Amino acid sequence: MSRIKEFNLPDLGEGLTEGEILAWLVKVGDTIELNQPIVEVETAKAAVEIPAKWGGVVTRIFHEAGTVVEVGKPIIAIDTDPSAGPAPSDPPAATPAGEETEAGLIGGPAPGGRTAVLVGYGPRTTSAKRRARIGTPTPATSAATPPPPPAATADLPPAPPAKALRPVGSGVLAKPPVRKLARDLGVDLTSLTGSGPLGSVTRDDVHKAVNEAQAPAEPQPIAVLNGVADAGSREQRIPIKGVRKLTAANMVASAFTAPHVTEFLTVDVTRSMKTLEKLKGRPEFAEQRISPLLLVAKAVLLAIKRHPMINSTWSGETGEIVVKEYVNLGIAAATERGLIVPNVKDAGRLTLPELATALNDLVRTARSGKTPPSDMSGGTFSITNVGVYGVDTGTPILPPGESAILALGAIRPTPWVHNGKIKIREVTTLGLSFDHRIVDGELGSKFLRDIGAFLADPKTAMLTWG
Amino acid sequence: MAKGEREKAGNDVPAGGFVQLLTPDGERIESATTADGTTYTVDFTDEEYRELYRDLVTVRRLDAEAVALQRQGELGIWASLLGQEAAQVGSGRALRSQDMAFPTYREHGVLYCRGIDPIMPFGLFRGVDQGGWDPNEFRFNTYTIVIGSQTLHATGYAMGITMDGKTGSADGEAVIAYFGDGATSQGEVNESFVWSGVFNAPIVFFCQNNQYAISEPLERQTRVPLYQRAAGYGFPGVRVDGNDVLASYAVTKAALDNARNGQGPTLIEAYTYRMGAHTSSDDPTRYRISSEVEAWKAKDPIARLKAFLAKQKVAGDDFFGEVDDTAGKLALDLRERVLAMPDPQPVAMFDNVYPNDSPELIKQRKAFEDYQASFEGSGH
Repeated sequence: MSRIKEFNLPDLGEGLTEGEILAWLVKVGDTIELNQPIVEVETAKAAVEIPAKWGGVVTRIFHEAGTVVEVGKPIIAIDTDPSAGPAPSDPPAATPAGEETEAGLIGGPAPGGRTAVLVGYGPRTTSAKRRARIGTPTPATSAATPPPPPAATADLPPAPPAKALRPVGSGVLAKPPVRKLARDLGVDLTSLTGSGPLGSVTRDDVHKAVNEAQAPAEPQPIAVLNGVADAGSREQRIPIKGVRKLTAANMVASAFTAPHVTEFLTVDVTRSMKTLEKLKGRPEFAEQRISPLLLVAKAVLLAIKRHPMINSTWSGETGEIVVKEYVNLGIAAATERGLIVPNVKDAGRLTLPELATALNDLVRTARSGKTPPSDMSGGTFSITNVGVYGVDTGTPILPPGESAILALGAIRPTPWVHNGKIKIREVTTLGLSFDHRIVDGELGSKFLRDIGAFLADPKTAMLTWG
Repeated sequence: MAKGEREKAGNDVPAGGFVQLLTPDGERIESATTADGTTYTVDFTDEEYRELYRDLVTVRRLDAEAVALQRQGELGIWASLLGQEAAQVGSGRALRSQDMAFPTYREHGVLYCRGIDPIMPFGLFRGVDQGGWDPNEFRFNTYTIVIGSQTLHATGYAMGITMDGKTGSADGEAVIAYFGDGATSQGEVNESFVWSGVFNAPIVFFCQNNQYAISEPLERQTRVPLYQRAAGYGFPGVRVDGNDVLASYAVTKAALDNARNGQGPTLIEAYTYRMGAHTSSDDPTRYRISSEVEAWKAKDPIARLKAFLAKQKVAGDDFFGEVDDTAGKLALDLRERVLAMPDPQPVAMFDNVYPNDSPELIKQRKAFEDYQASFEGSGH
């Protein structure tokens, strides 16, 4: 046993990785006793004095005061038997070359500036080597050779333990944190060639694979980036851009700035449907394709006239609520490029046939992808007709700058109490979302009630409010 | 020694004060009488005084060795008793062989006074065993890390020995439960007070009020002196100078005798101070001021007994030097034995799962042994 003993910085407080040398209390050549304070060390938890583990003469101090030392690294060497004459000139290195704790392991150097984070108890201060399996050739050349099964026992079937040692479904060597990294980044470990010991996949290998995969300009399915071996052909990667990107930004901005409230009203629209049929026979609408949306739009325009606060904008910058005396009526349209909400300018001034024309033009232009930017800005109130997809209603998100949006659900023949009897009636559900900063529940409810009243009896409403 | 030559007359303990029989200057007070009329005193021989001193010095020295071992990386953690030696030795020496103790993780001094090899808890702190031992063999339960839970175990044990008919006489059994000031805020401690009070359990609640629950000071635990809480549960509470080994002994002995005689529980608040850190992972300079520590240094439990022994010529420098040397040798022996503690065998994890194994466990153990044997150099 060597009489020169090196003292490694211990974990002084349950899970620390390093400590700073504050001051040395001894110097080279000093004779010290067991448990004599030799150095002050400050860790993340406390500043403490470390007592000498052996008595003897200090032969070497590895780090000056002010140095941060990793746990497990030597800080002082002590000749424990100085009376036996001069010590051997070269004290043994703390860890023989080539056997240092591997980078990334606890107690080892942290690669790429990544701290070896600890949970629970401390880093190991010894570099334990895994023992070879019996009958296994030299490890360096046998990376791919599975270890042989242990001797079969009478009680147990000779299940090959090699399987138990490896993650199911993967023949790749990689440390658990690397596996997690690969999973998080969507990298298939089996597609990589490891550059680590025994051909294991390292963090750098994973990062490299991601960088290479991102290099091509064409966004297309990438063989490397998939969860299972053949998933590449079953996943499509669509760049987030254009309308989708704008839609997402608008929705997020709106959802997190305007406090939304949604109210619902189920209404018997049988009379509206009959009116619509009559309108279709009128020469004014001869060239037009008219739908319930037209009557809903008219209902909205009339209701706005009665409740102008609905048609307003919250202007946080100026500290004002801007109430508009014109209605730019937005209609949400599904296009191949995504959702757009073009609006009919000053829709409140249009006659019903003009409104029908404007709505049809709006939708046709949108579907062809030719909507001019001016048509998509300046909206004051919007309608989304989710009913065309057969759904009952929705809770629409406000287009930025608008205070309310109406969802029109599917119109279905429904058993309904009509004049005291259950009849089959055409019924739909309206959903109105509004910005609760501007629109109180009372206003929102009255507005929605008026739209419902119009749709329930459009002729009377037109005569009364039109 | 003739009384009176060395002793002040008996004192009445004022409200909010504590029972003290030895002042910080080493002045012996003949007796102390509390408001309920109980008079506490001790009647030790010179030899008994000297052995109490030896106990105090030894447990402090062994504790210091453990702190050093932790700093040298040989223990994962250590909870030092520095400053609380008198409370532990006084109460520990008051225990009789048939009594049962329920410690926290800091009762190294009580463990020593029970005649147990001080190395026993080191397996836990070194991480080479689970800190398990046979509580019945040592009349000393395993160290309890969870704050306050042992008070319920102790209460249940105390109720049990009552049912077994082991109390109710001068030679009956009694139970002592140790805990700290922070634990008094725990539900378990309050539950154990309720049960013990209602069932008149033969138990002594020995609270070492060392003023801090890790970093939380006493004023965050209570608005009244802790010993006064006992009144609310229907049993007596008494505060004792926890840095006075004589008073700690006297008060604990009286409480234990009450318990063994069937007179029910007592809460003892041993008013003391944790001179060191909560554990080796803690830095007390972050939450308490040095003047406070200095003030308590003047009340050191060992210094006052040493002053008393020297003044009364019960012991001299030869004795003090011999005690220090002997304690140092014990510490060195402890160090060497701790360093020689074997690492546990991996297969040991199957031990102590069931008292008589189970077919599934036997199967698992066999499979694990085969797995271990599949490595080169197996067999350790």
